[in-house]
Amino acid sequence: MALDRWIALIILGIALAYGYAAYFTMDQLLPPFMQRNPIWPSTFPKVLSVLAILTSLVIVLGLEKPSGDSRAPDIDYRRLGDYKIGQAGVLLGLMVAYALLLRPAGFLVSTAGFLTIGAMVLGERKLWVLFPVAALATGIVWYLVEGVLGIFLRPLPFFLG
Amino acid sequence: MLDGLMIGLSTAFSITNILMVIGGCLIGTFIGMLPGLGPMSIIAIMIPVAITLGDPSAALILLAGVYYGAIFGGSTSSILLNAPGVAGTVATSFDGYPMARAGKAGKALTIAAISSFMGGTIGAVLLMVFAPMLSKVALLFHSAEYFALMVVGLSAIAAFAGTGNVAKALMMTLLGLMMATVGEGALFNMPRFTMGMMDLQSGFSFITLAMAMFALPEAIFLVMNPARSAQAGEDGGKITGLRITRAEARQIAPVIGRQSIQGFFIGVLPGAGATIASFLGYAVERNIATQEEQKEFGKGSIKGLAAPETANNAACTGSFVPLLTLGIPGSGTTAILLGALIALNVTPGPRLMVDNPDIFWAVIISMYIGNLVLLVLNLPLIPYIAKVLTIPRTYLIPFILFFTLMGSYIGQNNATELLILVGFGVCATVLRFADYPLAPLLIGFILGRMLEDNFSRSMQIYDGAAFILDRPMTLGLLLLALLLVIVPSYRARRARARAAGVADGD
Repeated sequence: MALDRWIALIILGIALAYGYAAYFTMDQLLPPFMQRNPIWPSTFPKVLSVLAILTSLVIVLGLEKPSGDSRAPDIDYRRLGDYKIGQAGVLLGLMVAYALLLRPAGFLVSTAGFLTIGAMVLGERKLWVLFPVAALATGIVWYLVEGVLGIFLRPLPFFLG
Repeated sequence: MLDGLMIGLSTAFSITNILMVIGGCLIGTFIGMLPGLGPMSIIAIMIPVAITLGDPSAALILLAGVYYGAIFGGSTSSILLNAPGVAGTVATSFDGYPMARAGKAGKALTIAAISSFMGGTIGAVLLMVFAPMLSKVALLFHSAEYFALMVVGLSAIAAFAGTGNVAKALMMTLLGLMMATVGEGALFNMPRFTMGMMDLQSGFSFITLAMAMFALPEAIFLVMNPARSAQAGEDGGKITGLRITRAEARQIAPVIGRQSIQGFFIGVLPGAGATIASFLGYAVERNIATQEEQKEFGKGSIKGLAAPETANNAACTGSFVPLLTLGIPGSGTTAILLGALIALNVTPGPRLMVDNPDIFWAVIISMYIGNLVLLVLNLPLIPYIAKVLTIPRTYLIPFILFFTLMGSYIGQNNATELLILVGFGVCATVLRFADYPLAPLLIGFILGRMLEDNFSRSMQIYDGAAFILDRPMTLGLLLLALLLVIVPSYRARRARARAAGVADGD
């Protein structure tokens, strides 16, 4: 089974769970006066879930045949190993680390770190260029966000203020 | 219309707004040139900046400037590197790149700039004429018709997704609509589908979703496939000979005239847009050209370059028509603009012209200024801006990733948002592997709230679903929506049956 049908199967699961919530659990807490309304909070989701289940079934069962002239995809997922999937994974992990560290480590440290490590993951080795660029960019963005846009970002790690 | 124009002129010609147009066009050109970053990613990245401006006209003017700039920048990288940054400029590379190879890069850029300018300007004139007319009609609509109209818009987007893709596009639209129901709506005062998580109480953030759907997958693709970020060689920055001759101008003038009008009307249709307009423009011009000129197409024909360039800019302008008059976006880009407007407390739609004429007209005026800026300011600067193509990807990609993170953090001031961003970004990348279109998801997400509001209002007024049968126009529109979804797959089925019967077409 091709990837697009696996995805449709997952979406079918989501749609079923969504529909279950809309049909069976959502209205339990509905106060009596709202039950006299022609429209409940669950009305629209109910319609959506039915449509979503039908559409995902169409894809899972392959009812709509793909057109013959399929163009070459940007990335062929059957040959993922040929691409730099490792780098992409590490960068995504780095983004997660950034999300977790932004508050405790402060904006300046985490951003400069993110830019430096990100570039190194991609193969940059001229550290004497990289460090100043990352530091300068961090400083400029911090000034723009804090000074111009007026949004507070804690610059320093938590133990420094 | 005249007093509207005056309001627009006075708003658009304030110092701040002119700076916004110029800045937007420059930033758009700059980033649009980078292969792989399309207008949607750029606008998504610029939204937090636009929202913090606080002034809706300024924000929309800035974003519109970024939009034009990005399209223009995309053409530049198509011509110079054969690496279109935007789907809408793929057709530009057919004839633009051969011209650049033949040493006529400067001429190709000038033709592209002039065609874009004319396409955008004629498109803006048409917009000025048609938008007020359409919005007068739209003022007669009730919530039932609105609901039906949005359904038509959403199904048209799915229908235009192409054969074999209708179900996928529809699926994505529905997924977007489902995601829009998460959180606490104004309508019911109760949280829905939050699974008890506080962070989902106010629903998914639209900026985060826009970044995760467009900017992040693009960046991941750039990482995975280094060939995508093609880079200029030694002579990449050298561009000379910007002038075109009078004979060439005479040759492309009729092309520009035809394609601005055709492109504009294709752009108005929901789901069609710059990409379809540019390919269709190219095909039409090739078919009606003389035998001799046809041979030139694909080898550096100036007509073949002018056609898609005019058409994609006219279509960009055309796509503003449904956004400004009905409040229904027809493309991913206008959907993002709509989201930004809603965040600024402006609801586009027929009331926009009545309630906020300054915004409406300022946007139209800024389209003229934007086109002028691109022609007068950007064209001479191109040799310098093209230097951006020499930034090594080891620097480029971390910065793109950082800007997506920053954008979604500024919007919500919440670190959990960043985890949601990465999660959705991974999902969006997998969806792109399987060739699922992502723009319908975002359009569905943005229209979801409005769709449900209008649906609920009609249900309440008619005390049930009777409004569908009671209002002929609603019924008609809903039937049209159904047809739009069913007809493509029916036609594909018939074509297959025919192909099976007869050996090779008919």
